[in-house]
Amino acid sequence: MSDLHKLTGAYAMDALDELERARFEQHLAQCEDCRGEVAELRETAAMLAETVATPAPASLRESVLTGISQVRPLPPEVPAPDTHSSAAHRGRRWLPFLVAAVLALVVGVGAAVIQPWATDDAPRLTAAEQVLRADDAEKVFLDLGEAGRATVVRSKAADRAVIVTEDMVEAPEGKAYELWLMSPDGEFTPAGLMPDAADQTVVLEGSAAQAAAVGITVEPDEGSPQPTTEPIALFDLTAAT
Amino acid sequence: MDHVRPVPDGVPPGTPSPGDAHRLSELLRRAGLGDEAAFAEFYDATSARAYGLALRVVRNPAHAEEVAQEAYLDAWRSSTRFDPDRGSAAGWLLTIVHRKAVDRVRSVEAATARDETWNRETAPTDHDQTAEAAHASLDAARVRGAVATLTDVQRRAVELTYFGGYTHTEVATLLDVPLGTAKTRIRDGLIRLRDLMGVGS
Repeated sequence: MSDLHKLTGAYAMDALDELERARFEQHLAQCEDCRGEVAELRETAAMLAETVATPAPASLRESVLTGISQVRPLPPEVPAPDTHSSAAHRGRRWLPFLVAAVLALVVGVGAAVIQPWATDDAPRLTAAEQVLRADDAEKVFLDLGEAGRATVVRSKAADRAVIVTEDMVEAPEGKAYELWLMSPDGEFTPAGLMPDAADQTVVLEGSAAQAAAVGITVEPDEGSPQPTTEPIALFDLTAAT
Repeated sequence: MDHVRPVPDGVPPGTPSPGDAHRLSELLRRAGLGDEAAFAEFYDATSARAYGLALRVVRNPAHAEEVAQEAYLDAWRSSTRFDPDRGSAAGWLLTIVHRKAVDRVRSVEAATARDETWNRETAPTDHDQTAEAAHASLDAARVRGAVATLTDVQRRAVELTYFGGYTHTEVATLLDVPLGTAKTRIRDGLIRLRDLMGVGS
């Protein structure tokens, strides 16, 4: 039995850190046995809650019922042709970003290509190229082990940084990778969310000329104003070459 | 939880309160159609477990309330995604609650506070004597009975993981065992509970 199979229990009880979780979810997509075991162990773990049942305050009931009256349930999931349901589900949500990323590559290869479908993202694509090809471009490469590889390129002249990932594992379900620019005194400024794709080029939002580092953290899908977890990667720009 | 209903087809024998499980699935299905009254009923049947779990993990009543509220709103929004073939409605809800509670305790700000409480509360791992346990039910007694059959390391690994919200790496350190051992104890502890409580096929 491979080591990954043994993680069903820890996964069912949310005991994996974000990277392990992402890796295990990739495995789950391909391992029916583990999916079945996770479902049973989650069910089992939930029964432990019986032992700590505590009457909820009345205010909770009130806020829940008020809350639900203000939002409709999501439409049901329509069966997709893709069998990797969770990946497909997220893929759809990120489609505009993926399209943008693909466009970035296409435009990058043939810079003279005319873009009849120019979108709001178009200026960013140009920005990626400007940074990657800048005379003062400096790079930091990080091998994140099984999580993939990533390179941050920063051009002080362009005042922008770009991250290029390779084989990056998907963020855990319901989570996204958030990018940060870290100032020399350690302040983190949000620099955008990374689309869920293994290989991509993303321009960080915000002014990068003064940044001392670029960080990646795992955050709730919608992102956070400040990091809520330890960075999974920190690119030290002061050591860039 | 207390009333008895006939076991519906397809529910494995030994599942706690099968009638209840069936009723909750049905309530959730109706909630998916926008039926707020059905969701209120679903809430009433599950809130002690949901709130109790959130409270046990995050420890602070105000935070627990927020966590439970977020979880219920998520459950309402995604009620159409619930698939009764893949598990019970209560299990589905409590999975959402647990995930949110764990996210909460792991976020950077909360980590500090938790470390402080941990030192105070860590020594005896037997939490059953607290006031929370006053809300005893047949199911709870059954679960406790099953938990009592675990080995000491299994039990502590499962409790630290589920109620403590610790990662398996942290559990290994807390129990002073190698990571591989922690992983295995967490899994075989849960598997033993699963078999004793007749969950699944």
